[in-house]
Amino acid sequence: MDIQNITVLDLEEMSLREANVALQADNGSGRSRPLRVLNPKGAHALACGLDAPLDIEIEGHTGYFCAGMNKQARVTINGNAGQGVAENMMSGEIWVKGDASQSAGATANGGLLVIEGNASARCGISLKGGDIVVKGNVGHMSCFMAQAGRVVVLGDAGNALGDSLYETRIYVRGKVAGLGADCIEKEMRDEHRDELRELLDRAGCNGVDVSEFTRYGSARQLYNFKIENVSAY
Amino acid sequence: MCGIVGLYLKGTRLRPELGRLFTPMLVEMTDRGPDSAGFAIYHEPAERGFIKITAFHPDPAFEWEALCDHIRVEFNATVRDTHNGSHAVITSDAEPAGTVALIEGFESRLQIMSSGELIEIYKETGLPQDVADQFGLSGMQGSHVVGHTRMATESAVTTAGSHPFSTGLDLCLVHNGSLSNHNGIREHLRTHKGMHFKTENDTEVAAAYISDRLSDGRSLHGALEDCLEDLDGFYTFVAGTKDGFAVLRDPIACKPAVLAETDDYVAFASEYRAFVDLPNIAHAKVWEPEPETVYSWGEQA
Repeated sequence: MDIQNITVLDLEEMSLREANVALQADNGSGRSRPLRVLNPKGAHALACGLDAPLDIEIEGHTGYFCAGMNKQARVTINGNAGQGVAENMMSGEIWVKGDASQSAGATANGGLLVIEGNASARCGISLKGGDIVVKGNVGHMSCFMAQAGRVVVLGDAGNALGDSLYETRIYVRGKVAGLGADCIEKEMRDEHRDELRELLDRAGCNGVDVSEFTRYGSARQLYNFKIENVSAY
Repeated sequence: MCGIVGLYLKGTRLRPELGRLFTPMLVEMTDRGPDSAGFAIYHEPAERGFIKITAFHPDPAFEWEALCDHIRVEFNATVRDTHNGSHAVITSDAEPAGTVALIEGFESRLQIMSSGELIEIYKETGLPQDVADQFGLSGMQGSHVVGHTRMATESAVTTAGSHPFSTGLDLCLVHNGSLSNHNGIREHLRTHKGMHFKTENDTEVAAAYISDRLSDGRSLHGALEDCLEDLDGFYTFVAGTKDGFAVLRDPIACKPAVLAETDDYVAFASEYRAFVDLPNIAHAKVWEPEPETVYSWGEQA
């Protein structure tokens, strides 16, 4: 069904697989077009594996792994997202207008994930180069073993933030309940203020003062095996 | 894995529709637990001085009337029974603990599911839809209901090992996860509190722990707070009492959980998709419960 050139996929009238086939039909074509998905009803693995500059609006709450493995597409979820939204994203933009459940943006290699509400535990776990902006709070163990990319939290962060962190840079405006192993507070230099400003602008956070943020990063003490620990093996 | 669902009605308006609203929630969680299913429903209060005991017998030819006669003779009691599939609800004015002991001793395959003024627990092996159909869940009325779809990990796929578990009057517990220190707690409750266990299941231990705390005078809310101190492992719990409904997740929040609340109800599920047929869900407050935080509703919570 097309309304004013917007393709509408209604999960009341078609199966999840039919909707995903329709969404993936433009993969590799470079075609850009608007689509709306109605009645997602918490379905899992919706709008996964896209590879075209589509503009997709999902009207409702989604289940696990929504917009996983995304390339190029801009996907807006007008609701809450279940576990693993935008997991392994390569490029594009995923906007969650509500809250996101656990492991939001897990292992994302590129692209931008914006969460307007809160993200729960393990946001940005094993992040590999993507960027995440959370306008609310993030839960415990966020950025666990995160390797590259940036994570911005406008609210508070839960326990064990950045545990076993590699090179992801984390910016938090609110309180941090506790830092994980090898994650430390770091100095905000001009280059960090600049990249934070740019990320906030891309996420539509105009008027937010970058000086209110604290930067966290890796102390790099867990990178290499230490010979004094040999007796443990 | 496992799926858990609960629906607590705040007022009386939707009570005639409780089973109809809850059945699709339970069935939607089939992917998470196809081995067995069960539910604890709070409805049809026993009259003053009476108690309802829900019991299960695997033999369709079991003579419930003979059991009722036995209770009548033993306690000089007024006893009624209603049958529902493999279960029967025995309503009696005999002393509750004695009646329970009498029923348990009557025949080895007879199992007590629940006892209380309001609670009835029905559970069976098989797909959730089949279990719901078998007991006529969709036609049931009531104030609140808690259900479970099981993918067995800790113990066998049996009716007794299905959830919900009840270890005290009008108490029920469903659990997604696995406890790691349940053997120690079971032993403690056996040795020091004289409690009896019917299965090797970890959730039965958690239910017994909560009923022990309740019998010490804790509220349901407080008893769940105590769980954070004493229970180790993965758990998302949903517990019900006569007029209480409460939710708790372990500090790691390993197992999924989502809550929805409107003026009319509080709904819990492992996944949001279980909520989609609830009235006014589009305008409900929907959120993920925080780890280590007890959420409770109702007077006794």
